Amino acid sequence: MTYTAWIILTGVLVGVTCGMTGALLILRRMAMIADAISHTVLLGIVGAFFVTQSLNGIPMLIGAAIVGMLTAFFVQLLDSSGVQSGAAIGVVFTSLFALGVVLLSFIGDSVHLDVQHALMGEIAFVPWDTLILGGKEAGPVAVWMLSGVFLLNLAIILIFYKEFKISTFDPQMAISIGVPVVFIHYLLMSMVSFSTVASFDSVGAILVVAMLIVPGATAYLLTDRFGLMIILSAVIGAVSALLGYGFAVVMDVSIAGSMATATGFLFGLAFFFSPSHGLIAKWVRRKNMQKNLNEEARVS
Amino acid sequence: MNSLIEFLSNPNTQWVLTGSILLGFASGLIGSFVLLKKQSLIGDAMAHATLPGVCIAYIISGVKSTPLFLTGAALTGLLATYFIQAIVKHSRIKTDASIGVVLSVFFGIGIVLLTYITKNMGGNQSGLDDFIFGQAASMVRGDIQTIAVGSFLIILFTSLFFKEFKIAVFDPNYAKGLGIPVGLINSILMALVIGVVVVGIQMVGVVLIAALLITPPLAARYWTDRLGLMSFISGIIGALSGVVGTTVSTIGEGLPTGPLIVLVTSALFLLSLLFGKSKGLITRFFISKGVRHT
Repeated sequence: MTYTAWIILTGVLVGVTCGMTGALLILRRMAMIADAISHTVLLGIVGAFFVTQSLNGIPMLIGAAIVGMLTAFFVQLLDSSGVQSGAAIGVVFTSLFALGVVLLSFIGDSVHLDVQHALMGEIAFVPWDTLILGGKEAGPVAVWMLSGVFLLNLAIILIFYKEFKISTFDPQMAISIGVPVVFIHYLLMSMVSFSTVASFDSVGAILVVAMLIVPGATAYLLTDRFGLMIILSAVIGAVSALLGYGFAVVMDVSIAGSMATATGFLFGLAFFFSPSHGLIAKWVRRKNMQKNLNEEARVS
Repeated sequence: MNSLIEFLSNPNTQWVLTGSILLGFASGLIGSFVLLKKQSLIGDAMAHATLPGVCIAYIISGVKSTPLFLTGAALTGLLATYFIQAIVKHSRIKTDASIGVVLSVFFGIGIVLLTYITKNMGGNQSGLDDFIFGQAASMVRGDIQTIAVGSFLIILFTSLFFKEFKIAVFDPNYAKGLGIPVGLINSILMALVIGVVVVGIQMVGVVLIAALLITPPLAARYWTDRLGLMSFISGIIGALSGVVGTTVSTIGEGLPTGPLIVLVTSALFLLSLLFGKSKGLITRFFISKGVRHT
């Protein structure tokens, strides 16, 4: 495969993986917890580096999952002790993220891990960092990691589809019929952490937020069906990645930034033109209703 | 110890420290109102959204000018808050998702513009990079004076209208009855929040400035229930964080200022959470024990 193809594949995998997880987050009103986790995961990655002294994928996933869970746990803790949830999220993520950044600045220049990289990622370097299997090059490490997390997320969603659906739309009912609601909550949090870590190398810790939140919100404007929304969100994530890549190449700017901008562009389209929940469709419906009312008034 | 005294007697350092104290106090003070209005995360989105504004100001003018940067930052920050409200009002998207969408897209646009400037407008953009995490060391005297004067004005303004703010935030209907223009007061508060964010991004950075609005008042809540005292304590916590964080950042070369300031704030929050006089966990534990004994 060519250099460009690997980059595009990486982008699309980020879009799909984050997109389908994001749909669940939007429905459960947890967009900002996802924002928090994708910031704090940096601490997990830096922590894993300090423990293992290498940039190995597996310890990083574990570190990220731990910090991701801790973030969700701390937010929950503050929340239940009476702190309003927005402020609880704000305190937890800024603290852990700041700690991550400060620790990061202690790591020397020799290591391929710095603040700039952590924030924006550098998808353009992805194809050079290949996995060596039995002496042969077997594709970029990032693609392997993303594919793994994608399959894992897909498996989790398929296996727990019903549980996710019930606990999202009717938590009371879910508890009463014995769905492990807390387990499902932390399962989703670990999906978010995994997606963030796998995407970290290519789009950076902060811009992964765009892929987690915006495609899901866009899909929410397009459909009312749970399953369809997850699929749409994944597709929108992939399309944003493609559009963003094209724009970045033409304008010679940050690929990750362009992808985030592209998610915003698609969201804007859905906001105005969605056939079911768009601004224009709503306006037309209101006008029609007024017309009907007027006609009825005339007839009678 | 001698080097610390030498460090503190340097006039440049004195300016930096004065700036950080005033900025910390201003953000803690305004933050109490942000907390009461449950707008903590809107502050975060606003802060991220200032990045494209700074870049656009540079692209249009082609010069590094702090007043222009801050104007650009204020405009896109305002635009972002407007978008958040418009999305919630005109679609089925809830507030938290709306904040997330606006925050990440604005920041993405900011990164795109930043790389555009690097590639097309030459090398002297290094100053713009510092807006992401803040770098007290790279600020010139003029920048610090902007921070100090801006923060001072915000503190002065808030103190003068404290009573009006308090009534308008706590009981808007009562305030209307008293003839206080609640709508206007809310707009002024919003303007002051943007003011703190814009003034502070050079020192603390767009990614973490929101922490200075969110954490100090939250910590202050554990010491008192009275708004006046709470805002004051919040201001003190902010000022303390500013001065300690900046000092450590200046002594330890290359350590980013913003994250250090935020870490100090977080530590103070943790202390308050545990030992706070009115609601701290340990305090509460002893009180509940005392109750059981009697």
